[in-house]
Amino acid sequence: MRVQEPNRAAVETRDHARVTSVLMVGVGGQGILMVSKVLATLCQNAGMEVKQSEVHGMAKRGGAVFSHIRFGPEVHSPLIPEGEADVLLALEWAEGLRWLHYLRPGEGVFISDVRRIVPPFACRNRGRGVTPEYARATPAEIIGRLGTGYALDATGIARGLGNERTANTVLLGVLSTALAFPEEAWIEVISRVVPAETLEINRAAFLAGRAWVAEATVPEEEASPVTADPLLARITHRLEITRAWCKGCDICVKFCPERCLVLDEEQIALLAEPEACTGCRLCEWLCPDFAIRLHKEVPAPGASTSPETTSGTAGCDR
Amino acid sequence: MGNEAIARGAWEAGIGVAVAYPGTPSTEIVESLGRYPSGDLRAEWAANEKTAFDIATGASFAGRRALCAMKHVGLNVASDSLMSLTYLGVNAGLVVAVADDPGMHSSQNEQDTRIFARFACVPVLEPADAQEALDYTRIAFEISEEFATPVILRSTTRLSHTRSPVHLGSRIRPRERRFPENPLRTVTLPAHARANRPEVLAREAKIGAWFDESALTRIEPGDPELGVITVGLAYTYVREVLPAASILKLAASWPLPKKAIAAFARSVGRLIVVEELEPLIEEQLRVMGFEVEGKVFFPRAGELSPEILRRGFEKAGVLEPAARRAGLSAESIPRPPLLCAGCPHMSSYMALRAVNARVCGDIGCYTLAAIEPLAAIDTCVSMGASIGNAVGLALAGTEKRPIVATIGDSTFLHSGLPPLIDAVYMGADITVLILDNQITAMTGGQHHAGTGRSLRGEPRPRVDFAALCRSLGVRWVRTVDSYDMGTLYQTVREAAEYKGVSVIVANRPCVLDPVRIRGVPLEVDAETCVACQMCMNLGCPAISWDEAMYDGHHKVKIDAALCIGCTLCAQICPSNCIRAPASSDVEPVGAA
Repeated sequence: MRVQEPNRAAVETRDHARVTSVLMVGVGGQGILMVSKVLATLCQNAGMEVKQSEVHGMAKRGGAVFSHIRFGPEVHSPLIPEGEADVLLALEWAEGLRWLHYLRPGEGVFISDVRRIVPPFACRNRGRGVTPEYARATPAEIIGRLGTGYALDATGIARGLGNERTANTVLLGVLSTALAFPEEAWIEVISRVVPAETLEINRAAFLAGRAWVAEATVPEEEASPVTADPLLARITHRLEITRAWCKGCDICVKFCPERCLVLDEEQIALLAEPEACTGCRLCEWLCPDFAIRLHKEVPAPGASTSPETTSGTAGCDR
Repeated sequence: MGNEAIARGAWEAGIGVAVAYPGTPSTEIVESLGRYPSGDLRAEWAANEKTAFDIATGASFAGRRALCAMKHVGLNVASDSLMSLTYLGVNAGLVVAVADDPGMHSSQNEQDTRIFARFACVPVLEPADAQEALDYTRIAFEISEEFATPVILRSTTRLSHTRSPVHLGSRIRPRERRFPENPLRTVTLPAHARANRPEVLAREAKIGAWFDESALTRIEPGDPELGVITVGLAYTYVREVLPAASILKLAASWPLPKKAIAAFARSVGRLIVVEELEPLIEEQLRVMGFEVEGKVFFPRAGELSPEILRRGFEKAGVLEPAARRAGLSAESIPRPPLLCAGCPHMSSYMALRAVNARVCGDIGCYTLAAIEPLAAIDTCVSMGASIGNAVGLALAGTEKRPIVATIGDSTFLHSGLPPLIDAVYMGADITVLILDNQITAMTGGQHHAGTGRSLRGEPRPRVDFAALCRSLGVRWVRTVDSYDMGTLYQTVREAAEYKGVSVIVANRPCVLDPVRIRGVPLEVDAETCVACQMCMNLGCPAISWDEAMYDGHHKVKIDAALCIGCTLCAQICPSNCIRAPASSDVEPVGAA
């Protein structure tokens, strides 16, 4: 057992020698690890203690990815406590929103690309006229709620420079204005971390990010990436199965995305759960015997009693 | 990284053999040992954690220091040997590096390895940062040899995957040892075990006393009113939240340094234990007669964090409830992990859907097929359980649908062979679909006996899965290309109809490892897309909705940055609208 000398002075200075916490978030494959490494190396070169914590496993699989970086004279917890991140750097818009509660209220700096990566999960509802489920908060709304917030089209800036993948370096440029390291130190570390052939473009991306801050504006609200006519949702549909033509091959049953078809006791296709049917028409396309037809029922303007029925064949309603 | 620090510590300790079965968050330990000179040590992937443990034991018997690494659930597999070896003791140092996963970032449970240490009467060291990970690994080998015991070095996800600077040491040359030539130390017989059992208990007490003396057990005096006993990563959170408290930082949760604890307890007014997961230390303290608090304030479930500690200490009345400023928050979207674009597992599960199979799944990337849109896995329990579960379903005789077990190549070699032997022996009517992507993919691409390469990438003999299954008595064995959907569907259909055990080896390399596969991205012809979204049933992340619609439904588009040109979506498209770009004269990857 070792008993440390009580060091009151150290206890008292602990509060003053505050640790800086930067939370970096994004989607697997965006290069969170690269930007984390740049900052961690920078801090280490400056003689500070630094801890960088991440979770592996989901990184390659399009899941949400995060990296906690904490630096200062003495760092204990590798995890940033909620509400204590000095900077939140997001490589994707919805990811920035997901971790917003980690930001220090009133003081924390929010930096986010407005790029939207819509996961396939958001495109699950096949109903007529639906839009993908994506975070609703707009950059203007979020920036308005924050002390210091930057929302920029880093991916667009990077694309303009010739390589979309340098968006993370553009964001590092923005981050560099929020932390007290000299510009040359950043560029020096970046040039050691990125592949040699991308050195120039990464340097340009970094400087573009820094330059953007000078004239930072909140981007115009992007139109929702997918728009749909709300009238579409009012269209209903009906599935007609011609029993005489069905030979019970089962194809429609196996491939119905909503799994709402079954074979009945006579081995004929049956729509068991009509309320689950989205009218996607996959069964109609796949049926080798043309035994399934989908009828759309479009409510007539002003009246819903006598729906106008249109044929379900491919050519007629395009 | 914590894991790299453990590897460094093991190398510095002069180990000769390192063996592991990969498992997040432990994988990088032996992986990074593979980057040290091959003249210094053998670094190998084993078939499973038990063989890894047994191989490390053999090396220790032979006089070389050895390390085996695994994730917490891996220790369940290796525990049979651990529980016996603890009676025999070790010759050269043997360290078992076990990485727990509190919070279940990538695991099926969050069992606490320290309970196993108590069960096996072996010490468990718990480093709090990368520097300690390195130092404790070196010390673990010293303890192992001084007390002739296996030693568990327990990490957690947070430690294993946190990077912080470390001071490097140099590699030592451990004292040379020969095979013990003492059956009491190398052969378990009831007579030997009876003789060894009291020694194991005495050893445990001696190690506890060693920790009493050791400088690793550290008292940080502070406010005498409150004493916190803590260990591992929880220590860093305590320092963060309660900078002024008196702290007793333990190096090991088992066996406990009783004198040190008693001295500390006498020096403080109130005693609180902060430990992640189970109340191991807390309960032991209570047995020792101390008035102690712990889990009444801190959860037993999940990973600890500074804010959880802060709330716990507020509940304990130690901290003033902080006037929390209105926190920020905004609504986001769910973003679960996905199979990769071009993943060959997608077609396998589509094919199983086509035969309406009851599917027993296993542990690997393909477990992701349990969620929408594939939603094609009905059971998943533990490594290798799929085949046994399927045999059970068949023996129960209640299932009308074809019963299929799906298991990856690496998992099959890990623990799929014994249940396949059972299936043949019991005459179960099941199909086993071996998803052979020629790598241990889930953990980031490690070689195994079925890939033909070693951990260091040297060529090795390669398991022939089809021949292996035939040798076990399976009469119906076929190998198919997972990218050839027509043949795959047909093969699955025939296998499902076959009465008895049938095995399909669905073969296609992982798109990420060992080589990242890139092909010509495909395009959707918006003219002919009828928005049926059949392709989206694959769950491929490269396919999403387009703005354009057909009949009120979204047409699809393919993200050229993600698509590798596997052609699976093109093969199932009813309107044949997915094609290679007209300008391309390159054959897509999956062209049959």
